Amino acid sequence: MNGWDWIHWLIFVVVILGFALSMIIVFIWTERKVIGRFQLRRGPNRVGPMGVLQAFADFIKVLTKEDIVPAKADRWVHLLAPIVAFVPALLVLAVVPFRDGSILADLNIGILYVVAIGALGVVGIFMAGWGSNNKYSLISAMRTAAQVVSYEVPVVLSIVGVILITGSLSMVTIVHEQQVPFILLQPLGFLIFFLGTTAEINRSPFDLLEAESEIVAGFHIEYSGMKFALFYLGEYAHAVAASAVITTLFLSGWKGPVLPPVLWFLIKVGFVFWLFLWMRSTLPRLRVDQLMGFAWKFLLPLALFNVFLTGAEVLLWEEKMASWGNFPWPFLFLNLALAGGLIVLWSKFFRLGGGRVEV
Amino acid sequence: MQLEANYGYIALLLIVAIIFAASLIIIPFILSRLGIIPRKPDPVKTSTYECGMETVGKSWVQFNFRYYFYALLFVLFDIETVFLYPWAVHFKQLKLFGLVEMFIFIFVLAIGFVYAWRKGALEWK
Repeated sequence: MNGWDWIHWLIFVVVILGFALSMIIVFIWTERKVIGRFQLRRGPNRVGPMGVLQAFADFIKVLTKEDIVPAKADRWVHLLAPIVAFVPALLVLAVVPFRDGSILADLNIGILYVVAIGALGVVGIFMAGWGSNNKYSLISAMRTAAQVVSYEVPVVLSIVGVILITGSLSMVTIVHEQQVPFILLQPLGFLIFFLGTTAEINRSPFDLLEAESEIVAGFHIEYSGMKFALFYLGEYAHAVAASAVITTLFLSGWKGPVLPPVLWFLIKVGFVFWLFLWMRSTLPRLRVDQLMGFAWKFLLPLALFNVFLTGAEVLLWEEKMASWGNFPWPFLFLNLALAGGLIVLWSKFFRLGGGRVEV
Repeated sequence: MQLEANYGYIALLLIVAIIFAASLIIIPFILSRLGIIPRKPDPVKTSTYECGMETVGKSWVQFNFRYYFYALLFVLFDIETVFLYPWAVHFKQLKLFGLVEMFIFIFVLAIGFVYAWRKGALEWK
């Protein structure tokens, strides 16, 4: 690497760290405020104007808290788990373009890299659950592993739809190919990816690993002080990364009229995060058998169907109807109608187990 | 050249990220040695699940069999998606042949999936 490469690297490492940390702080504040409003509370409003400094107050509190390691815990696993859980979220941001050309590393396998690295966070959570030597933690760790493994399949399949249209795995090319946001061409793919990602970053209503009412807090039950804070930061960092990836794949990344590209990117990331919040405050938590059933019986068949639907459409467009214009408008409406119809039909046909179940 | 440089960037970012995360753990450790953060472990405080019921038996036990089926199915479908990615990238060159070929491939897997479903491997029981 020559001098310019080093400067490029340095700038983008600072940008990624700054983006991640500032978005984490903004998201924590937004989440508490928005969830507060959804639940007819005010949310934090004591520390600073409208409670904006609450996150910093919490940081100081958690920094000066005693670090308790259970006597029976596996000390090294217990120590390393928060780091393993946090680092992958930052690494995902390395291939997310902030605007045209503003990217740390434009890998030609960008989205494959995101899939591979993004799922690594679960290793940290599993280490925490196992290393704590606590039965609740262990149940939580097992659930997370099963959950991430299950939702990985529909998520990965829903990305195939996007790749079929773009013909490239590079994140920059994917954004360049989006004449309209792919959420319109791939509504089914977007829904599957969004729900699957919500499950993978363990956000409500799929946050079974920390279901307070049954396993108290799950994997971070034996953590205190800064180690706990690192898990908390990691959860939000994964949410930031997931929002950024969804923005790039389905909401046409930095593109948008009038406003500067970076601002569009931030607006879209914020919007996706707001969708997470909306879902969290609307839906109750699933039960563990419903969670698994939803991935395997609902999302997976729909994702497989989406792959072939997209494949047939791409083929039809390239072969027969290329003279109709630059953009496949008929498929846009067809796909929206099909997505809506399929979801209604499939949810009529498919019922998640109700009533009392031994889990 | 550019490609290798990209992976180099990511490797260096990995090092920075690990240092960043590790420093968040090391700083409180140093502060506790300096006496700023309290450090008074005692047998009750460091017991497992301190403020709740005492744990009965070992925690590191062999775990429930039902997770095993999901792991098996995951391996099956993840290998399938590994094949799907290169197919999707070159789909526009493969044309109709590619679509039919992949349909047959997925169809075989789908039979296995339906079989697992029918056998109740997807039920949480």
